[in-house]
Amino acid sequence: MALEIIESCVNCYACEPLCPNEAIYQASPHFLIDPDKCTECAGDYDDAQCSSICPIEGAIIDELGVALNLPGSLTGISAEMLAKYQAAVEATYRAALEAKTG
Amino acid sequence: MDLPVINSISGEVAEGGGCASHSCGSTDDQLGHLPEHIRAKVHNHPCYSEQAHHYFARMHVAVAPACNIQCHYCNRKYDCSNESRPGVVSEVLTPEQAVKKVMAVAANIPQMTVLGIAGPGDPLANPERTFTTFRELSEKAPDIKLCVSTNGLALPESVEELSKHNIDHVTITINCVDPDVGAQIYPWVFWKNKRIMGREGAAILIEQQQRGLEMLTERGILVKVNSVMIPGVNDKHLAEVSKVVKSKGAFLHNVMPLIAEPEHGTFYGLMGQPSPTPEELQELQDACSGDMNMMRHCRQCRADAVGLLGEDRGLEFTMDKIEDMEIDYPAAMVKRAEVHAQIAKELEIKEQDRQFQAQAKAALAALQGDVPLTRPVLMAVSTKGGGVINEHFGHAHEFLVYEASPVGVRFIGHRKTTPYCEGGSSCGDGESALDETLRVLKGCEVVLSAKIGFEPWAPLEAAGIQPNGEHAMEPIEEAIAAVYEEMRATGKLDEKPELQQKVA
Repeated sequence: MALEIIESCVNCYACEPLCPNEAIYQASPHFLIDPDKCTECAGDYDDAQCSSICPIEGAIIDELGVALNLPGSLTGISAEMLAKYQAAVEATYRAALEAKTG
Repeated sequence: MDLPVINSISGEVAEGGGCASHSCGSTDDQLGHLPEHIRAKVHNHPCYSEQAHHYFARMHVAVAPACNIQCHYCNRKYDCSNESRPGVVSEVLTPEQAVKKVMAVAANIPQMTVLGIAGPGDPLANPERTFTTFRELSEKAPDIKLCVSTNGLALPESVEELSKHNIDHVTITINCVDPDVGAQIYPWVFWKNKRIMGREGAAILIEQQQRGLEMLTERGILVKVNSVMIPGVNDKHLAEVSKVVKSKGAFLHNVMPLIAEPEHGTFYGLMGQPSPTPEELQELQDACSGDMNMMRHCRQCRADAVGLLGEDRGLEFTMDKIEDMEIDYPAAMVKRAEVHAQIAKELEIKEQDRQFQAQAKAALAALQGDVPLTRPVLMAVSTKGGGVINEHFGHAHEFLVYEASPVGVRFIGHRKTTPYCEGGSSCGDGESALDETLRVLKGCEVVLSAKIGFEPWAPLEAAGIQPNGEHAMEPIEEAIAAVYEEMRATGKLDEKPELQQKVA
């Protein structure tokens, strides 16, 4: 029984000091959880601490690969809104590229 | 690499200045009415003094990546280098790196007076990293002012530690005092090992912010309040926020416009939530200024900004560049003291000049006869003696009543009352004592006290008596003259007072 931090982690350090088992450690390119130490906070807290403070939806998953924080659950940003965001980012990127190449 | 130390401040300031004075919004001296002991603390702080921000520089170090809440105007994926807004940084520093960077900047930009920790998360959600940085700096660079900016959730538990490091400036971002408004701004807070969603989370945040504000002002730590103006969410509510935070002792209110673009990936940005127009922002700042010293020159810096407000010299001080810098801090400190003294002298001359011009203008206007003969106004003050406003409203056994008019300020008499609140448990029958005070103050349009609590505020206003705590510790007659002038300037002397009573 262990949780896992995946690549969408933004390295904000918030989870690391909260872990009752000191299972979380800084690594590159992102923080990791030592599966031998992680107990999913059973016996210590009602909710797993790392996923209770993590601001990034989907960055922490359980053994079945299911995200503890589902899309939209933390930010209120729905899938459609996110698609719009990606389009906006691409547009900005293209504009910057065009400005560079003249 | 070794950057040259600036030798002549005057030329450099003009060129390197982040902004020309005309672009800084209102030229109102928002510190003019602050008591001397506060002015002395903030006169060289670019974020607090409109005057100072043209001369003194600040820097932020991004040592605090973790956050304990989510705001709808923030995107926690902050790894963007081309944006200038709070919460955005290029590299998160360890406390050791931060200390090195601060000393390098201080040696190379001697007009840098202030080091702030503002993120990119919440400094108090990273207590270890934040306080290690402060501790090291207060030892190694004692001539740098330290300040911190927080959402306030962890503030009450941090006040003790903050006062240890001699941090005399704290900024709290308070966007609301109503959990229903808060629920539209904060989707969650992390509190006592749980993520608390929505209104319940917002209520906890608000309570912690207010408690933290009270604890800080009790300890004499200066508190500035930042509010983000979010049209349709809290714009109508911020005047109330201003009133509440002022009554609890915040000395400056900074209302900032929401920054929300879809490409920032924030909830508000993606929702198409509009930002306020400059006119809307100014209108709200004006509405709040009746209750509060307003700040209008904020530039909404990044959490790793370096330099004068409005400029960012961060790229000159990236970690790889400062690695190679040799810093002789004791020598730099001597240089810095010289530069600071030079700027202070310049500012003093400017201030004298400004006062002289104002006096000359007033004298000229009087000669030309276009100063209208405005009506006299009665004002009450609470004092423990010494000729200064140094008694709390609720502790006053008597009020001194003065009449202000175009010919000057004169003492009218004193009026006895039962103290509205002796503090502590005797506040129970405050209601009837307040009624008595309202009765004895009848005819006065303003009451000036060292501090006025939130509770008597509304009844005083309803009785046509404007509570005023802005002139704490100031000489009575000067303060009354200033308030009278403010009333004249804002057109209040043209209107009839709601309650007017002749005093024999």
